[in-house]
Amino acid sequence: MDSIFGVTYNGGVIIAADQTNARSILIYQNNLDKISELSSHSMMGCAGPNADFVNFTQYIQKSLQLYEFSNDGLKLSTKAQANFCRGELAKALRKGPYQVNVLLGGYDAKKDGEVGDGSLYLMDYLGSMQKVNFGVQGYASNFCLSIFDREWKEGLNEAQALEIVDHCIGELAKRFLIAQPNFLIKVVDKDGVRVHKFGSDPEDN
Amino acid sequence: MSYDRAITVFSPDGHLFQVEYAMEAVRRGSTAVGVRGSDCVVLAVERRALAKLQDPRTIRKIVTVDDRCTLAFAGLTADARVLLQKTRVEAQTYRLTCEDAPSMEYLARFIARTQQKYTQRGGVRPFGIATLLAGFSDPEHGEGEGKPVLYQTDPAGTHSSWKAQVIGGRNSKSLREFLEKGYEDGMKEKEAVKLAVQALLEVVDSGAKNMEVCVIRRNETITMEEKDLDEVVKEIESEAEEGKKGGATAASGDE
Repeated sequence: MDSIFGVTYNGGVIIAADQTNARSILIYQNNLDKISELSSHSMMGCAGPNADFVNFTQYIQKSLQLYEFSNDGLKLSTKAQANFCRGELAKALRKGPYQVNVLLGGYDAKKDGEVGDGSLYLMDYLGSMQKVNFGVQGYASNFCLSIFDREWKEGLNEAQALEIVDHCIGELAKRFLIAQPNFLIKVVDKDGVRVHKFGSDPEDN
Repeated sequence: MSYDRAITVFSPDGHLFQVEYAMEAVRRGSTAVGVRGSDCVVLAVERRALAKLQDPRTIRKIVTVDDRCTLAFAGLTADARVLLQKTRVEAQTYRLTCEDAPSMEYLARFIARTQQKYTQRGGVRPFGIATLLAGFSDPEHGEGEGKPVLYQTDPAGTHSSWKAQVIGGRNSKSLREFLEKGYEDGMKEKEAVKLAVQALLEVVDSGAKNMEVCVIRRNETITMEEKDLDEVVKEIESEAEEGKKGGATAASGDE
C-alpha cells in the first residue's frame, strides 16, 4: 500500500513517500519516514513491510559506512551504492528475501565545482534494477507514471520537479482509494540530503 | 576444519614466549605517543624515513576506526590492517544491533579480546602490534559531557587506560619516564601537543616531516599541517637552546 515516487532534475533527485504505517485495516502510525538516508548524498525510499524495510536499510547504511572507514574515507558513487543494494537483494532472494521495492536516489559531484548529476535507481524485491529518470513503487504507479511521462523533460530545475511531485500527490489524493493524508518529500543535491516537506513530523513521538 | 596444535604454549617457568616475542616485534616498530589533555587527546607517531620512490601518503599509521575513535599502532603493519578491519566491522555491527555508537572502552576491550584469542587458539600466532586508542568516553549516567580517554592494548591481550603512553621503538621505557616527568593534569590542547612532540623529538630527527600528529577533539579529529608542526618543533627547540644557554652562563658565573 506504500506509495513511493522519485524524480531526477538538473543537479539532484527528489523522492516522496507516504507516511502511513498500516497493516490490514489498522493504521499503526501516520508519521513514518520511509526514505532512509544512506550516506551524505544518497537516500533510499522503500515500499514493503516495516520489518524488512528497517532491517534492509539499516544493514545497507552500516555497510556503506564500513566501506568508508575501511577505504580511507572514500565514498561510493550512487551507481556503486545502487549496485551494492541490488546485489544484497539478489543474494538474499534464495535464502531469506527482503520484501522491499526500492527507489535509490543520489547526487554525485563533478570535478571543478561543476553542477553534478542526480541519479535514480528503481529496484524490486527480486533484485532487478534499472536506472530511471523518474520512478514509482506501489499502486501509485498506476496513477503517477502517466503524469511523469507527460510532464518530465531534460533539464528541469528543482522548483519544476517539485511541481510535478505535487501534481502526483494531488492525483493520488483525488483518485486513489486508500487515503494517504501525509507525504514526506526529501531532496538530495550538492548540499546533501534534506527534508523538503512532511505531512506529519517523523520525530514526533 | 580447524587446526588443533597450539603455537603459543607455556614454557616451564610460566612464560608465553610467543607473546613476548610479539612484544619484541612491537619494539622494532616505529614509536607512537599518546597524550590525554583536559579537552583533547593527541596522537603523535614517528614517520620512518621512506624510500625515495615511495609515496608517503600510502603509509598511514594513525587511522579512523569509527566516527569517534582514532587508533595509532606500533609493530607489524600487516597485522594492524587485519586487526583494524575486524574492529571496524565490530563497530558497525554494534551500531547496527544497538542503534548506538560503541564506547571507547568497548572497542578497546574488543581489540584486547581479539589479541588474546590469538594467543589461545590452534594454528595461529599472536598479533605483533600494540595499539593506542583515542577518543571521548560516553557521558556518565547520560549527563554532562564525555571525557577524553586514551587506551592501550598489547599482544598479550591486555587493555588499560592511560594519561600518556608510548608504544613501539627501542626507547619506550625512557620515553615513558619522560612523559611521567612532563605530564600535568588538565593540559590544554597546545600543551598536550607540545608534550607529545617533545617526547617524539627524543627519538626522531628534528623536523615536522618525520612525524605525524593528530589531535582528537570532542567533535572532530584533525591531522596537524606540516607548517603548524614545524612551529611547535621550533618552539621546543628554541626553549631547549635557552635552557642550555642559561645553564652555561650559570656555570660560567660560578667559576
